[in-house]
Amino acid sequence: MRDDSRLKSVVMDAQEVDRSLTRIAHQILETNHGADDVVLLGIVTRGDNLARRLADKIRDIEGREVSVGSLDITFYRDDGALAASPMAMPTQIPADLTGKKVVLVDDVLYTGRTIRCALDAVMDYGRPRCIQLAVLVDRGHRELPIRADYVGKNVPSSRDESVKLFLEEVDSETSVKIFDVSPGEHVGSAPVGGDQR
Amino acid sequence: MSFNHKHLLSMNDLSESDIMTILENAVMFEEVNRRRIKKVPALRGRTVVNMFFEPSTRTRTSFELAEKRLSCDTINAGGSSSSTVKGESLGDTIMTLDAYNVDCFVVRHKYAGAAKLVTQYTDACVIDAGDGKHQHPTQALLDLYSIWRRKGTLEGLKVGIVGDIAHSRVCGSLIRGLHTVGAHVTLIAPATLLPARPDVMGADATTPFFDDVLPELDVVYMLRVQQERLENSPFPSLREYSLLYGLNKSREHLMKKDAIICHPGPINRGVELDSYMADHPERSVILDQVFGGLCVRMSVLYLLLGGAENGISA
Repeated sequence: MRDDSRLKSVVMDAQEVDRSLTRIAHQILETNHGADDVVLLGIVTRGDNLARRLADKIRDIEGREVSVGSLDITFYRDDGALAASPMAMPTQIPADLTGKKVVLVDDVLYTGRTIRCALDAVMDYGRPRCIQLAVLVDRGHRELPIRADYVGKNVPSSRDESVKLFLEEVDSETSVKIFDVSPGEHVGSAPVGGDQR
Repeated sequence: MSFNHKHLLSMNDLSESDIMTILENAVMFEEVNRRRIKKVPALRGRTVVNMFFEPSTRTRTSFELAEKRLSCDTINAGGSSSSTVKGESLGDTIMTLDAYNVDCFVVRHKYAGAAKLVTQYTDACVIDAGDGKHQHPTQALLDLYSIWRRKGTLEGLKVGIVGDIAHSRVCGSLIRGLHTVGAHVTLIAPATLLPARPDVMGADATTPFFDDVLPELDVVYMLRVQQERLENSPFPSLREYSLLYGLNKSREHLMKKDAIICHPGPINRGVELDSYMADHPERSVILDQVFGGLCVRMSVLYLLLGGAENGISA
């Protein structure tokens, strides 16, 4: 974890994260006319936690379970991010994705390269009817023609900053923070699930 | 976790943490190998040459499938079709292929040290797929993987290796690997089939009496009787060998309840294993070894070739 001297600002606290997820859950249900055939796929790491939180919220709203799984895209990456930490995490796909409405869930949308990899990966598991994208934070600086269908918060940022989500279940606090990144440790594209892997 | 090796030539080069990195990463490829689309683009555009100068079906097909499922481009060279039969030296063969900017050579050769020699002629990664009676690291890794997946641990396990240890390149790697991860290794064979210095290889004990140690073993690793290498008659007859060192139904009462059986294949049914033991639903992990071999080879290729900072483009 980064030391606090690099911390620039806290852009979302636990309550704001929760409210955003509640709104996204409603939007997913509205767009898809309910939870039929919806599969939430969280991109590890952090995205899988968010997908589970969204599934809990949809259950509270609709009174029924929605399929939720996790997707590791390490083997689909097109950059050298794996060199720093080659270990892949488990992928769990809850059902055959053919004909399903897949909602990819990620924490921070940045260059869009992670999502491109995720699209490739999803296609290898079947042919969904559609794929949508939900992100908690959109920080801009896209390098590919990719946009999110559901956004928790737009956070304008500079490339010299890192935008990081902390979650109670992993980091013992829930917040979104912006940190300074010195040029030397800048990683080019957004690393999978922030900087912790 | 990090893995900083350019080649895989010998189990002696791998630390316990290196071995566990390979095994843990292999678990992720199990999922890939069970999908409908059994392929990921992780090594797209990398070229791998399989140089098998010695006949091999299972190792070569395992490597080839591992490469293809990682999206490598694969060439098979060597054997009777290669230019070495026309008098070309190993070095010249490698340099010729290396001119195509190959990323990895997988080398099987009848002489020990051949894979190491190949590294002198290329900047590509080299994986030893068996050299003479010397090393066969991916076989050792897949054995460790199968044992680890079944037993949940490797440290402290009592492993007995039975048979032609002196002529086995599997042992050259496996004994060292087991030693590195903290398993206790007993070699079980007549003196004529034991190596000169089992202690140097990493073995903890040796004995000619199978039945004495069998009750203590968590893992019984049976080696193939290499009938093509028995010109010096190390034992009087196959029948006698089978009676003394074969793992058959009549020995099961001596085994621990949860002891498992490994074999690198191909099996001589009725010699070192009877069909009851080879096909035993709870004890035999022989087919798990084949599946594990694919996952472990994918893991090794991925760790050696994957990523911009790793491997060849470093």
